[in-house]
Amino acid sequence: MTYAQNLRCRECSRDYPLAALHVCDFCFGPLEVLYDDEGIRNSVSREAIASRPANLWRYREFLPCDADSAINIGAGFTPLIHAKNLGKALGLPNLYIKNDTANPTWSFKDRVVAIASSRARELGYEKLACASTGNLANSVSAHAAAAGMEAVVVIPNDLEAGKVLGSSIYSPTLVKVAGNYDAVNRLCAELAGTRNWAFVNVNVRPYYAEGSKTLGFEVAEQLGWRAPDHCVVPIASGSLFVKILKGLNEFAKAGLIDPPKTRMSGAQATGCSPVATAWAEGSMNFRPQRPDTIAKSLAIGNPADGYYSLVQLKETNGACASVSDDEIVAGMKLLAETEGIFAETAGGVTIASVKQLAAAGRIDPDELVVAFITGAGFKTAEAVADTLGPALEIDATVESFEAAYQDREGVPA
Amino acid sequence: MAVQRLRFTFPTDLIKEPVIYLIGQQFEVITNIRMADVDDRTGWVILELEGEADEIARSVAWAESRGVRVDPITGDVIEG
Repeated sequence: MTYAQNLRCRECSRDYPLAALHVCDFCFGPLEVLYDDEGIRNSVSREAIASRPANLWRYREFLPCDADSAINIGAGFTPLIHAKNLGKALGLPNLYIKNDTANPTWSFKDRVVAIASSRARELGYEKLACASTGNLANSVSAHAAAAGMEAVVVIPNDLEAGKVLGSSIYSPTLVKVAGNYDAVNRLCAELAGTRNWAFVNVNVRPYYAEGSKTLGFEVAEQLGWRAPDHCVVPIASGSLFVKILKGLNEFAKAGLIDPPKTRMSGAQATGCSPVATAWAEGSMNFRPQRPDTIAKSLAIGNPADGYYSLVQLKETNGACASVSDDEIVAGMKLLAETEGIFAETAGGVTIASVKQLAAAGRIDPDELVVAFITGAGFKTAEAVADTLGPALEIDATVESFEAAYQDREGVPA
Repeated sequence: MAVQRLRFTFPTDLIKEPVIYLIGQQFEVITNIRMADVDDRTGWVILELEGEADEIARSVAWAESRGVRVDPITGDVIEG
C-alpha cells in the first residue's frame, strides 16, 4: 500500500488525481505527490525501517507506489563513508561521501527510475522512455529489462562510449540524435507530448522526483538518525537538490529525526551554470544557458527546478559553486586518490565545489558535511584518461622490474 | 490537430514587434496567451499553439529565426 493521496500544484495548490500528470493546467506549476502524513507517522518507526532489506524500498511508507509489486533491481542504500583523507586535504574533518556510484547501473538515477517505472506499470504503461545524456538512459533501460517492458531511450550522438554501452547492454530501442542540445531537447519534448509512453522524467515526473528524497532518508539513517549540518549536491535539473531536503523534512515530520537545520549548497560546472550564475548575481531568476562542459550529466541549460533550487539556497543559507573543466578533472582525481572512489565528471564537480566553498569559508570546518557523488567514473573515462600516469612497461624479469621501479619519476625506491 | 505549450522569451529588440500576431497571420495556428510578463526590456509569454504539428513546428522555427527563444514550459526534457 501507499500513503500517497493525490498530486498538488506547488504554485497554486490545486489538487489532481494520482495519474500521469506533471504540470498544473491552470498555472503551469509542477505537481508533487501529497501524502497522508498522519498515516505515515502512525505506521513508521526506526526499528521497522532498520529491519528491512538494504534498498530504497525500506522507506516504503514515504513512496508513491506499492513496494510489494515494485520493480526492484536493488537501487539505494549505498555507502556513506567518513572521508577522513579527503576531509584532511580540504580542512573538513567531518566530511562524508554518499557514494551513489554503488547503484545497480552506477548512478543515482536508479532511485528515480525505480519509483517512476513502478508507478508507470501501476498506471498501465507498457513502454518506458526518456531523453538523457547517459545515466538516466542506462537506468531506464535496465529497469525496463527487469520489468519486461519496452524501453525507448533518446540520447545525443556525442555521448561518452561508456554511457552508450551502459544502455545498449539492456537492449532498449536506442535513438541517437544528431543536432545541438536545443534540437535534441525540442525533439524529445515533442515526442513526450505525442506518444502514449511513460516518459519517466516528463509525464510521470511527480513520482520520478520522489526517488531522490531517498538519499535524504538514507543519509539521516546512516548518520544515526540525524540530519547533516551541510549538504553539497550537484545541480542539473535541480530536482535532486530540492528533494534531498524534502526527504529530511519528511523524516522529521514522521518523528524519525529532529527538524533539520541543514544548509544546502549546490555544485555546477561553469560551462553550464544557470543556477550558480543567478545565485552569484543575487537573482531569483536564472537565464537558460547552452551547455558547454565535460560534465554532461549536469549539462541542463534550462533546469526545471532551477527556481526552486535558488529558493532553497536562500532559505537554508547555502551557496552555489561553479567550477571549470580542469577543476572537475582535478576533483575526480582527488576523490580517487584520497578515498578510493572513482566518480564520473559530476562527482568531480561536487568535490571541486566542496574545495571551492571550503576555501571561501562557505563551509564551516566544524560542520558535518555530506557530499553527494552521483555516478561512477568508468562512464566518463575519457575525461581523465589522458591525465593519468603511465604504467611501468617491463620484460618478465626481476632485473627489468627493478630497473623500471628505480626509475619511477618522483617515487622513492 | 496538436496543442503545444511553449515559453517564448523575447529579447529587447523584439519587444515592440507583434510576433504573436504575426504567427497567427502567417501560419495555420491558433495562438492562446496563457501567462506573460513583459516590460520595456524583456519578456516571456507562455503560449498555447494549436494546429497541425508540422505547422506548429514551422511557426516556432519562424519565431526562432526572428530571435525569440522557445523552450518547453517545464524546462529541459533531457536529463543526465
